[in-house]
Amino acid sequence: MLDDNNTRIALTVNGETVTANVPARLNLADFFRHDLGLTGTHVGCEHGVCGACTVLVDGKLARSCLMLAVQSDGARVETIEGADASGRITKLQQAFHRRNALQCGFCTPAMLLTVGELLRVNPKPSRDEVRDWISGNLCRCTGYQAIVDAVMEVSA
Amino acid sequence: MKAPDFRYLKPKTLPECLSLLAEHGDLAQVLAGGQSLMPLLNLRLAAPAVLIDINGLSELSGIREADGSITIGALERHEEIAQSAIVRQRLPLLADAAPHIAHIAIRARGTIGGSVALADPAAEWPACCLALGAEIELASTRGRRRVAAADYFQGLYTTARQADELVAAIHFPPAAPNAVHAFREISRRRGDFAIAGLALAALRTGETLHNVRLAFFGVSDRPILASNAMAALEGRPLGASMIEAACKALGAELSPPEDPAYPAAYKRQVATTLLARILGDLQAELLDA
Repeated sequence: MLDDNNTRIALTVNGETVTANVPARLNLADFFRHDLGLTGTHVGCEHGVCGACTVLVDGKLARSCLMLAVQSDGARVETIEGADASGRITKLQQAFHRRNALQCGFCTPAMLLTVGELLRVNPKPSRDEVRDWISGNLCRCTGYQAIVDAVMEVSA
Repeated sequence: MKAPDFRYLKPKTLPECLSLLAEHGDLAQVLAGGQSLMPLLNLRLAAPAVLIDINGLSELSGIREADGSITIGALERHEEIAQSAIVRQRLPLLADAAPHIAHIAIRARGTIGGSVALADPAAEWPACCLALGAEIELASTRGRRRVAAADYFQGLYTTARQADELVAAIHFPPAAPNAVHAFREISRRRGDFAIAGLALAALRTGETLHNVRLAFFGVSDRPILASNAMAALEGRPLGASMIEAACKALGAELSPPEDPAYPAAYKRQVATTLLARILGDLQAELLDA
């Protein structure tokens, strides 16, 4: 990678200011994982289908494999590490544990961020609304039933 | 996979952006929401020398109303359009269509201008533009021009846009007080590309429809108007025999491309079923109102 194609970026990640020099082609998910060591953001398909790389960018859900790291300049980003440390998804995490809403766990960080956002905008969703909301997050283990159960338990 | 290398340029003003497009033309790709372009880069199906990121151009944002017509800036995100009070009131077809676009994380970033520029044949916004008779505004260093949706969408990922032009805005004509609309699509999973979809716009007098526009998507190389089915519905009270006639006309005029997942005959059947359902619902709605 040519150094002259690098761009200086400054952003807030999980409440901390981060500055870095990033190549243009680096996607945000790889920036978290390789440059910042935040490996809770998972990389599955790298083309926006599996949802495992979902994070919050300026308070909105985003696929971090579909954003360039350079595009995060000036943004406020939260990954699963930040959400976990903040305590705001603790009840969801406990419900996922209790309900067996994860098996291999690959989809879980993004699933938690995604349903956390659902409960923020819609604290009492129906089962159909939960399924609709997580339609972009693939889970190949659970069949989703237990995930929906866990969300409903927290929403009730 | 990872994206190939490219030069990343982020213009601060629209004139600067248009100069860059004029300079790089075909070698450049415009990055808006990136929800289609980034997959193409990561899959190495696209390898532009230059990426022009337009996300800093505030001139391309906003939803404005002037003399009854509504202009949506190219950078408006799908979810912003879905939540917009003006859109819900004045362009309810768009509000109904938006939830069908991919998934929440993608709707939060993807833009209407990007969808219109890409012209995926199964995309929702192009069909809505066609149904509502919208105009696409294209900007370049040579000036600005507006192209009617019917002339703009020319084929598979092919539009009237020249390499140095940027989709700047979409203009929707004023809606009449007696306008009716409907939107439906069928996909295997919520948010997947539609097997077939239909955006309907019309005017009503009692139970009679006029100026009927049936814009189908996912059944051709571009969004298309089903003119024979439209003619079958035009100016007559909507009833069971009319619906049957329209569906028959549609079956005869559609010729979807063969697709290994969805054979042409199946797509035609799905499109016909959609039309029957949408007209059945509309008939009930007209009787109620």
